[in-house]
Amino acid sequence: MVMLLYCQELGVKYITAYAFSIDNFKRKPEEVESLMASMLEKFHLLDILVKRLAVRVHFVGNLELLSNELRASAMELTEATAAYSKSVLTICIAYTSRDEILHAVRESCEQKRIDLEFDNDDDNEIKLMKVEKNMYMAVAPDPDIIIRTGGENRLSNFLLWQSCWSHLHSMWVLWPEIGVWNLVFAILNFQRNKTYHLEMRKKEKEL
Amino acid sequence: MFFISSFLHVSVHQVTVFKLLPLYFPSSFPISKIYFNLFFFFFSFSFFNFSKPLFSRLCLNRSMDFAKLKRMLYYWIHQIVNILLRLTWHLLHVTIHLFYFAINIANALESHLISKGLLRRYKSLHISKLQYLAIVIESEDCRTSNVIELLQWLADLGVKHVCLYDKEGILKKSKDFILEKFDGATLFQENDVLLDQPLMTLEFASFSDGKEAVAKAANVLFMKYLKSGSTSSYQGEQIFTESQMGEALKTVVGGNGPEPDLLLVYGPARCHLGFPAWRIRYTEIQHMGPLKSMKYGSLIKAIYKFTMVQQNYGK
Repeated sequence: MVMLLYCQELGVKYITAYAFSIDNFKRKPEEVESLMASMLEKFHLLDILVKRLAVRVHFVGNLELLSNELRASAMELTEATAAYSKSVLTICIAYTSRDEILHAVRESCEQKRIDLEFDNDDDNEIKLMKVEKNMYMAVAPDPDIIIRTGGENRLSNFLLWQSCWSHLHSMWVLWPEIGVWNLVFAILNFQRNKTYHLEMRKKEKEL
Repeated sequence: MFFISSFLHVSVHQVTVFKLLPLYFPSSFPISKIYFNLFFFFFSFSFFNFSKPLFSRLCLNRSMDFAKLKRMLYYWIHQIVNILLRLTWHLLHVTIHLFYFAINIANALESHLISKGLLRRYKSLHISKLQYLAIVIESEDCRTSNVIELLQWLADLGVKHVCLYDKEGILKKSKDFILEKFDGATLFQENDVLLDQPLMTLEFASFSDGKEAVAKAANVLFMKYLKSGSTSSYQGEQIFTESQMGEALKTVVGGNGPEPDLLLVYGPARCHLGFPAWRIRYTEIQHMGPLKSMKYGSLIKAIYKFTMVQQNYGK
């Protein structure tokens, strides 16, 4: 929560956090339930914080897998903050990158089918741009830095599609103990290679 | 009396300037606000205290443009603070460069010791844990001699299946040359199961095997979707599953390939450079530095670190 404040102070506009993975549903049901209950509590706190900081919130992921209460709370928060534009917080809940890709492909197929039915489109092919537009994460640009806490060096099904040119930073500190200096160190590390990352991104856009 | 009022006047303006200046601050300094706040506070506090008598004397002597003088003063303070902050930022980066330089020296020493076999814990690697290794190389750095040397090291360690990736596809173009020069390998075939084979299998991939392959697979699924005819969500659920996507990717050029266990990045930045997204969900990613400064010892250390890792897969 407080990281949101630090990011805003530092001028970071788009923040995406991985709250709950579809793989996490494999845990024991009691654990999953308690996680869901604590998430609901966190939403209430988040509600107060984002309204104070004028942060727009998006919930990204397969929300059908969540309980009705949680989903309704998430929708409410999204609607309540729709007018803010100072920063954008995207919370990935019931999300895996593969599921996101599949969902985008499915949406593109359905849209294409409708287009063909109404003869709106002569082209029978689904283009890459269409798939990218239908991604859950189309609400935010591709990240510059991906921070992984806990000393792990993998992405664990998080933003695999969007992380092509992102600086992958791995921290030893665990998430609850993270502080502003860890964030500053991650940003300074990114700045060392910033021109390289931006160049790569530009080359991709030209392709 | 005038003394005190001028000081109060100045203090009030100091506070407003404190709040206004962040608006003028260049947005390219992400750490600007923290340092700016600290710096400005100390600097302006000491400056104003020091120049209080000078200031009041000036005001007594020239009663004319007090406002103009203030504006000029704030402008110059702003400029000086700007320069000082820039210097601090550069100093920070120099410190970090030195820190990484020291770490690189330590790593070079360690890899030298590892290659000599002096460090005991790296002597026996559980290489069987590493089923599929992927290597991402920066296209501009791609020298085939280095690549062949790297493959030789991997063959010596007992790695059986390797995927070589580079963004531009330079390695793909020199595929035949590499296979010719390095006779310990064959090309990865679609139906190859990851069993123990006498020769190493090599796969070559480039950027087009990532996002574009997914778009092509999407078209394959779209054809299936159209053929199924029905628009019920049940049909949709049957077609758009991970396994169906995997099958569709196998039929597409460049989309095939198993998931790597370990991804080694040889390049200037810690970035996977567009390696096919569908395949790296649980892959450990290690940054190894530029290819021209590759070391046998750091390769062993990376593989050792991988074998020590425990994955929960969400549980």
